[in-house]
Amino acid sequence: MIRLIGRRIFFALLTLLLVSLIVFISVEALPGDMATAYLGRDATPESLAVLREEFGLNAPAYQRYFSWLGGIVQGDFGDSLVRDKPVSEIIGNRLRNTMVLAITASLVGIPLAIFLGVFTALTRDRWPDIVVSTISIFGMTLPEFVTGTILVYVFAIRLKWFQGVATMPSDAPIDAEFFNIIALPVATLTLVMVAHILRLVRTSMIDVMISDYVQMARLKGVPARQIVFRHALPNAMLPTINIVALTIAWLLGGVIIIEQVFNFPGIGNLMINGISDRDLALVQAIAIILAAFYVGINLLADLMSLVLNPRLRTARGH
Amino acid sequence: MSELLVDIQDLSVGYTTKYGKLVHVLRNVDLQIGRGETLGLVGESGCGKSTLGQAMMGFLRSGSKILGGRVTYQGHDMFAMPAKELESIRGRSIALIPQNAGQSLTPTLRVGKQIVEALELNAQIKGAEADARAVELLGQVRLPSPEEMATRYPHELSGGQQQRVAVAMALAGNPDMLVLDEPTTGLDVTTQAHILELLRDIVKEMGTAMMYISHDLGVIARVSDRVSVMYAGEKVEDATASQIFKSPSHPYTRGLLESIPRLTLSGIPKSMPGQPPLPATLPGCHFEPRCEFATDICGTTPPKLEAISSAADNNGIMSSHFARCHHWDKLAKADFSEELKDAYQDVRKKDTAKPAITITDVAISYYRPGFLDNLMNTPHPPDTVSNINLTVNRGETVALVGESGSGKSTIVRAVSGLLPAKDGAISFENFDLTTDVDDRPMELRKRIQMIFQNPDASLNPRHSVTEILDQPLKLYFPNMSAAERDKRKEELLDRVRLGHRYLTRYPGQMSGGEKQRVAIARAFAADPEVVLCDEVTSALDVSVQAAVLDLLADLQKEHGTTYIFITHDLAVVRAFADRVAVLYQGRLCEVGTVDEIYAPPFHPYAETLLGAALEPDPDMEPKLLAGDTPESSPPETGCPFQRRCPVRVGEICDTTMPDWVSPKGAIDHNIRCHIPVEELLAMQTEPIAAD
Repeated sequence: MIRLIGRRIFFALLTLLLVSLIVFISVEALPGDMATAYLGRDATPESLAVLREEFGLNAPAYQRYFSWLGGIVQGDFGDSLVRDKPVSEIIGNRLRNTMVLAITASLVGIPLAIFLGVFTALTRDRWPDIVVSTISIFGMTLPEFVTGTILVYVFAIRLKWFQGVATMPSDAPIDAEFFNIIALPVATLTLVMVAHILRLVRTSMIDVMISDYVQMARLKGVPARQIVFRHALPNAMLPTINIVALTIAWLLGGVIIIEQVFNFPGIGNLMINGISDRDLALVQAIAIILAAFYVGINLLADLMSLVLNPRLRTARGH
Repeated sequence: MSELLVDIQDLSVGYTTKYGKLVHVLRNVDLQIGRGETLGLVGESGCGKSTLGQAMMGFLRSGSKILGGRVTYQGHDMFAMPAKELESIRGRSIALIPQNAGQSLTPTLRVGKQIVEALELNAQIKGAEADARAVELLGQVRLPSPEEMATRYPHELSGGQQQRVAVAMALAGNPDMLVLDEPTTGLDVTTQAHILELLRDIVKEMGTAMMYISHDLGVIARVSDRVSVMYAGEKVEDATASQIFKSPSHPYTRGLLESIPRLTLSGIPKSMPGQPPLPATLPGCHFEPRCEFATDICGTTPPKLEAISSAADNNGIMSSHFARCHHWDKLAKADFSEELKDAYQDVRKKDTAKPAITITDVAISYYRPGFLDNLMNTPHPPDTVSNINLTVNRGETVALVGESGSGKSTIVRAVSGLLPAKDGAISFENFDLTTDVDDRPMELRKRIQMIFQNPDASLNPRHSVTEILDQPLKLYFPNMSAAERDKRKEELLDRVRLGHRYLTRYPGQMSGGEKQRVAIARAFAADPEVVLCDEVTSALDVSVQAAVLDLLADLQKEHGTTYIFITHDLAVVRAFADRVAVLYQGRLCEVGTVDEIYAPPFHPYAETLLGAALEPDPDMEPKLLAGDTPESSPPETGCPFQRRCPVRVGEICDTTMPDWVSPKGAIDHNIRCHIPVEELLAMQTEPIAAD
């Protein structure tokens, strides 16, 4: 068991190391470097040379990679030349905002999806299932910017319940106002996420409900509620955990678009700005952070499967 | 009959298909079970026996519905009862022991917890008391170290242990009635025999009634007081066990009894032609199309279930013998046991003594040391299969027998080139068979073919029979023209007794027996000299099994084919094999001609296996010699059977592999045991199978 966990963690760290290498190499491969990006059209050979000397850009690539990597491990992502600030300072509040957005969407979306998945499975082919399943297909097929726009039109412009565009500074306190602002972005993300997970839980739950062990539990006289929660659900969740993790990871990608739609001050928005003004240090940092989330969530899903699945957890027996 | 527990009256069950057609599953079934009585329910797949078992618990598969009749349990109508009340009867008063315990235990819950759940629901005890009772129950079903067993998850138990847990769970509510749906199908013979004896003891001790559903007549004979035979959703015969087995009075029952291979009779049994129709689809008797006694009336008028005689059972209680046949009077008179002998056709061949496949000192291991193991020089586990010496002669059938995990399939996989041998030599004429199948010349591949256990898995469901048969023909006979191929395909179908119209069918449109015939036709398309058969009849119904064995024997006679035949069914070996090799934990214990193997002296393991095998005869008792503790790997040194052997000599068994010894006067009989053959013979006076 401990060996197994150790293995998974080792491979997660290895993946991150590879990602950092790829990110570094791809930035290296771009024409020009930080100095040309910073000086732009004002570049003269002399000023470039001075700047390169100042930022240590003349050192061999592997040296620069290791000093960059060493910095990241200590939470130092280097300095943004474009914004003339340490990258970690620029990202700080933005990352917090995105996290609040993503975590709220997950906390609402995942339990709701599991509940609806079980509900539709148990009312299979009857009207509650048909209604929920049909709505979920819309949720899946519409791109999130369309869903977002529709929600803004209905709830912000027509009903005026929530704010349609985030008009807040990136360091706004997390209070009721903040949640009013993120209500519609969260709703958009939830809608898409719920659709995916729900359909998966539904299929998995239907399979489990016709399994021999559920039939056995029924014939043993186990009450229906206990059958669902004790015998069926833990088994139905097994195949869905990894997909849930992938959906959360997708959420981070979705966030970039949603933040753009709602003009929300998060890292997705920041990344797009960083790309457009060639702030390489910033883009590198955000890429690494997103990758770390991706890997971290998948690791968490693997560990969850270990906890839920005794087959993986125990090595003894036949 | 004592107090009536279950009363099923005129029960019909069916479902409506997508196209609105009504399909019957059960039709007008009457069934009574008294307190403490064991009723055996027997029939082939699709006869409705499982549906009947479930209906007894007030349960129907989704989509099915009651078309008529009632099921009452102690006076309560099971299908007119509020859900709450039904839940309280299930498990508490009537409990199920399922067919596949491995799949019927919730994989994410410890087995102790699942029994505790049953106790809380059905025995109203909780907490530490329930935990203690669960352990007690696990002990009662004779599981070793029950405290530790309770903490295991289902996947950590062997098949036999899982089945014992299912029995313990059923006993939790101290029920009056157990419904058992093929609870020992898929278990090894020794495990099966142990579980059946356990059930018999429990029933006797607690006065529980049982409804025992099985397709295996040997099992039914062992456990039942009374037997009901099902055919096409109807009950066709109902009588005491001894009446059913000694004077069967329905042609179907007779046909079933004549189509099972027996330990006591050599030769292939007679097979029943055709296959059962769907229930309620014929105007007359549903068995009429397959019946050798049928007359005009059978095709037009459905026979009634009639009482044909009454007899007293062991306790002096009267019971009647019922049969649903217009001609029962003709059948009831005939002396069945004499007629039975004529049904078996001997297929054994003269000794040809021209070797086809020679296996010399072969060892096979699945162990592949990883990088770290090589680095740290981890000791290797004992080889899965070791020290195998066997010669298979041309035109003969050599059977490999043994329990699951005995290495039968491993050896055959090595012969077929799917698995490399670690040591030793396998040869076929001048060819070296230790080469991988991909490296073998085409000619050699053509000459050795294989047939697998499950045709559903070995036939591509998206290929029609034409395409399935085309493949070996195109591969092995590249010069054959399309017209010649078509002719050859028709020939092949004729030989496996399938009509030409099957050419356009897909596997999904055929029955199990038909699919296996196609698989056989595919193997014979190559015109092979050696055919490796891996449990080819295990997935088939008894009447179909007989037909497939008969077909294989005919093909052998025609072509002089050599078979290596794997099976766990000792009666099939008796019927079909010329020579037998008994394996335990990948090591040979006994090799000999089939007559020698089935008569003393026996290797203690062979004796254990034969003792546990069941015959369709209620008067035959199995002999349980060794325990059924599963072993997952062979011992490092000594005799492979050392840990389970009932007649261990002493330390020598653990340290030294016994030499091969041949009994006096043997044609080709070798036993590997430290006990001298004369002593073995003296210990084993009773022949287990006598001609």
